Amino acid sequence: MPTLFVNQERVDVASNVPGDTPLLWILRDALSLTGTKYGCGIAVCGACTVWIEGQPVRSCATPLSSIKTGAEITTIEGARTREAKAVQAAWEKLDVPQCGYCQSGQVMAAAALLARTKRPTDADIDQAMAGNLCRCATYPRIRAAIHEAAKSLG
Amino acid sequence: MTIRIENVSRRDFLRAGGAAAAGLALGVHVPAFAQGAKAAAGAAFEPNAFVRIGADNTVTVVSKHLEMGQGSYTGLATLVADELDAAWGQVRVVGAPADAARYNNLLWGPAQGTGGSTSLANSWEQLRAAGAAARAMLLAAAAQRWNVPAASLAVRDGRVTHAASKRSATFGELATAAASLPVPADAKPKDPKAWTYIGRHVPRVDARAKSNGTAQFTQDVKLPGMLTAVVAHPPRLGAKAASVDAAGVQGIPGVRHVIEIPSGVAVLATGFWAAKAARDALRIRWEGGIRFSSSDVMAEFRKLAEKPGAVARSEGDAAKAIAGAARVVEASYELPYLAHAAMEPLNCVMLVHPDDTVEVWNGEQFQTGDQEALAKFFGIKPERVKLNMLFAGGSFGRRANPAADYLLECANIVLALARKQTRVPVKLVWTREDDTRGGFYRPACLQTLKAGLDADGAIVGWQHRMVNQSIAAGTMFEQGMVRNGVDQTSAEGAANLPYAVGAIHVEAHAPQVGVPVLWWRSVGSSQNAFTTEAFVDELAVAAGKDPVAFRRALLGRHPRHVAVLDLAAKQAGWGTPLAAGKAGEKRGRGIAVHESFNSVVAQVAEVTVKADGSLTVDRVVCAVDCGVAVNPDNVRAQMEGGIGFGLSAALYGAITLKDGKVEQSNFHDYRILRIDEMPRVDVHIVPSAAAPTGVGEPGVPPIAPAVANAIAAATGKRLRTLPLKLA
Repeated sequence: MPTLFVNQERVDVASNVPGDTPLLWILRDALSLTGTKYGCGIAVCGACTVWIEGQPVRSCATPLSSIKTGAEITTIEGARTREAKAVQAAWEKLDVPQCGYCQSGQVMAAAALLARTKRPTDADIDQAMAGNLCRCATYPRIRAAIHEAAKSLG
Repeated sequence: MTIRIENVSRRDFLRAGGAAAAGLALGVHVPAFAQGAKAAAGAAFEPNAFVRIGADNTVTVVSKHLEMGQGSYTGLATLVADELDAAWGQVRVVGAPADAARYNNLLWGPAQGTGGSTSLANSWEQLRAAGAAARAMLLAAAAQRWNVPAASLAVRDGRVTHAASKRSATFGELATAAASLPVPADAKPKDPKAWTYIGRHVPRVDARAKSNGTAQFTQDVKLPGMLTAVVAHPPRLGAKAASVDAAGVQGIPGVRHVIEIPSGVAVLATGFWAAKAARDALRIRWEGGIRFSSSDVMAEFRKLAEKPGAVARSEGDAAKAIAGAARVVEASYELPYLAHAAMEPLNCVMLVHPDDTVEVWNGEQFQTGDQEALAKFFGIKPERVKLNMLFAGGSFGRRANPAADYLLECANIVLALARKQTRVPVKLVWTREDDTRGGFYRPACLQTLKAGLDADGAIVGWQHRMVNQSIAAGTMFEQGMVRNGVDQTSAEGAANLPYAVGAIHVEAHAPQVGVPVLWWRSVGSSQNAFTTEAFVDELAVAAGKDPVAFRRALLGRHPRHVAVLDLAAKQAGWGTPLAAGKAGEKRGRGIAVHESFNSVVAQVAEVTVKADGSLTVDRVVCAVDCGVAVNPDNVRAQMEGGIGFGLSAALYGAITLKDGKVEQSNFHDYRILRIDEMPRVDVHIVPSAAAPTGVGEPGVPPIAPAVANAIAAATGKRLRTLPLKLA
C-alpha cells in the first residue's frame, strides 16, 4: 500500500489499485483534484503537469508504481509557493487564459521554471514551456506573464 | 464480478424510446424544469432574463452564450455592467439554461447556440437594453424611497446617490424594492460618451478560476454514483462491430458494464483508467466502413473541378474577359481535412432522472439542436431535456454539431443502462485519440482560380471553382444555408470577393464523400481566404505591382478593407527592407486581408526560410476592424489566438485517411503550435463607432495566405497546398 503525500495530505493507495494507473487518474478520479487536466494521455501536451518533489512531471504518464513511497506531490490546488502565487497573479493581471483548460499545467510549469531560474530569458521560457500546449495560443501572454511574475518576485 | 456484454439492437432503442414496453416510461410527465434561470436564481430583483440583482449586492449576468475561450462571458457582462453602472467586482456570470424562447441567438432566428462569432454582435442591443431597464428600476426605487425625482439621482460603481441630501444606497439595498416596480419599456442605452466599461479594459471574469484550477469543465463533473464511459470506436469511419470478445475485461477492478451501441462498444467503470484499460482489452471484429484514402478524395475532387459547378456568383462574362486578356494566370489549391483538437477532449455527462427528464452537463454550444436531438432519441419533449452549459476547454465549432454525435453516443449508453433499471449519471470521455479520429472535420477542398490581366496589370476577369463538401447539407441548416445548390458556408469569403475584378464567376461543387464534416473556426473563410489571398498575391506579382498597392487599387468600394490594409502595412513597415537573416537564410514579408463574420482583418507576416527549407514565422502585425471594440484587450487576445490557431493549420495541420482509417491520433502526429513557434504578434484596432462584429474567428483566415505570400516573397516559390511545406 504505497503512501503518497498529495498537497501535504497523506494518501494511502489501496493495494488493489493497478500499478500502471497513471497518477493523473488517482488525482482526478480518486482524490477529486480536478484542476489537473487530461489532454493527451501520452505526455505531449502538459495539461496534466504536477510537481513531484518540486519538479514538474506529466502525471498522465507517471504510473503509480514509479512513484516513491512518501513522495511529495503538489497539484494546482496545493500550489502555494511564492512562485506559484506570483505566476497566478500575473496570469490574472495579463488575462492569460482563454478556454483555460491547459492553464493549470501552464501555471505549474511556469512556477517550476521560476523556482529554478529567477529571471528566465525568452529562450529559457521556450525550453521550459514548449511541452505545454495551448490550443487557444495564449503563448504571447504566457511569455509576458512569466516575465511579469519574475519581476514581481524581485 | 462477471461482465456480460449487452447487445442492444437499434430496434430495441427505438422501442425503448417510444414506449414503456422496454422499461422506460418517458414523455408522460409535465415539464418540471421549464422555469430555467428563474428557478435557479434566488435573486431579489430579476428585471429580465439576463440580469439578476441579489440582496447581497451581486449582479448576476445570465450568458446565453458558451464561454469556450473567446471571452463571451466577459464581453456580455461588460454590456450589462456598463448600462447598470455596476462595480465590476460585483458582477458574476452564469450560463443560461436551454430556453430558445428567451435565449435564442438573434442572428440565428429561433435557435439558441453559440457560433459564427455572433455572441456580442447579437447581444449588443439586447443586453444594453436589459442593463438600462434594470438601472432605471433601481433609480425609480431610490426615487420612491427618498421621495426625490429620479433625474436628481446618480449611479456609480453599483451605488445610487442623491447628492443634495447626501443619501446613497447599494444595488443590493434597492433590489427588493425595485423588483416590485414595472419594467420600463423605454429605457434607452447610454450615449457612447458615457460608457464606463465598453471600450476600456476590464479583467476577464474567468481569469482567476482558470489560473487556480477551480474552473469547472465537463471533464471535472462528478456526481454521486457516476460511471465513466470510454468507447471503442471503429478504426474505419462508419464501420460497425460484428463481434465483441470481452474476456480480457475480466479482472479489471471497477469495470461495471460493456455495452454495444451504434457507434461502437462502450465500457463503463468507476473511473476513467479502468474504463480505458477495459476498452483497450476488448477484442472487436469490425465490419464495413469506408475504404478510401484522402488521396482518392483529392483525385476525385480534381476530376470534378474540370466540370462546371453550381453558381455562387456571376457578374459579366468572366470566361470571355479572360480569353481576351493580355495575360492569364491560373492556380490550383489543395487543403486537407482538419480536426478541431480542442484541449478538452469531447465529453459530456448525462443522467435520466426518476421522472424521466434527461439532464446533461456539457460545454454546450448548440442548445436547440442538442435538445431536439436528445428529445427525439428519448421520445420526450425538448423541454424535458435540461442542458447545463459549462465552460468548454475549447471547441472551435466541434461542440456545435447538428448530428449531436457525442451526445447521442452517451444517450445510447444511458438508455441501455436505464433499460437495465440502472439510472446513474454517465460521464462519456473520449480519449485524445478518439477526439482526433472521430470525424466531423473541417472539409478538405480543392479550388481552381483563373484570372486575366490587361496590359496595365488590372484584373479584367476572375473565375473561381471550389470543390468542397457541404457542411449544411442533410442537416437542419440545409434550408437556410444552401441556396441554389451552394452551401453558403463553403462560399463565404469567395463569393463575396471584395476586389473589383471586372467580370467574376464563382462556382461550387458539393460532392458527398462519406467523411463527416463540420464548421471549424472561421469555416469557409479558413479555406477561401487562403486561396483568394494567395491568388491575388500571385496576380500582383504577375502585374509587376506591390501587393499592398495592387490590393488597395481594387478595394475602392470597401473602405474598411482599405483601412486595415493600410494600418497593417504601416505598422509592419511595409516597403522598408526587412532585417537580413543569418547566412543561408531568406526572409520575406507577406500580407493578406479578409472579411469574415462582418469584421475585416489584415495581417502582415514576416518569415525566415532556412537553408534546409524549414521556416519560422517571426512576427505578425494584425489590424482589425470589428466595430466598437467592447473589450479591446480581448480583441487583441482573439487576434493573437486566431493567428496561433491558424498557424497550426498553415504549418502542420492535416488529417489524412488511408484505407478508410484516420492516420493521425494525438498531438505528436497532429501537431499544434508550441510556444517556441509562436511569432511576436502586434494587434492594432481600427477605431469605430459601428455596432460590434465578430472577433472569435476573424483572426484565423488571413494568417495562412500571409505566410504563404511571405514565403513567396522570400523564395519566389508559391506554395498552393496546405500545410505549407518547402522542404
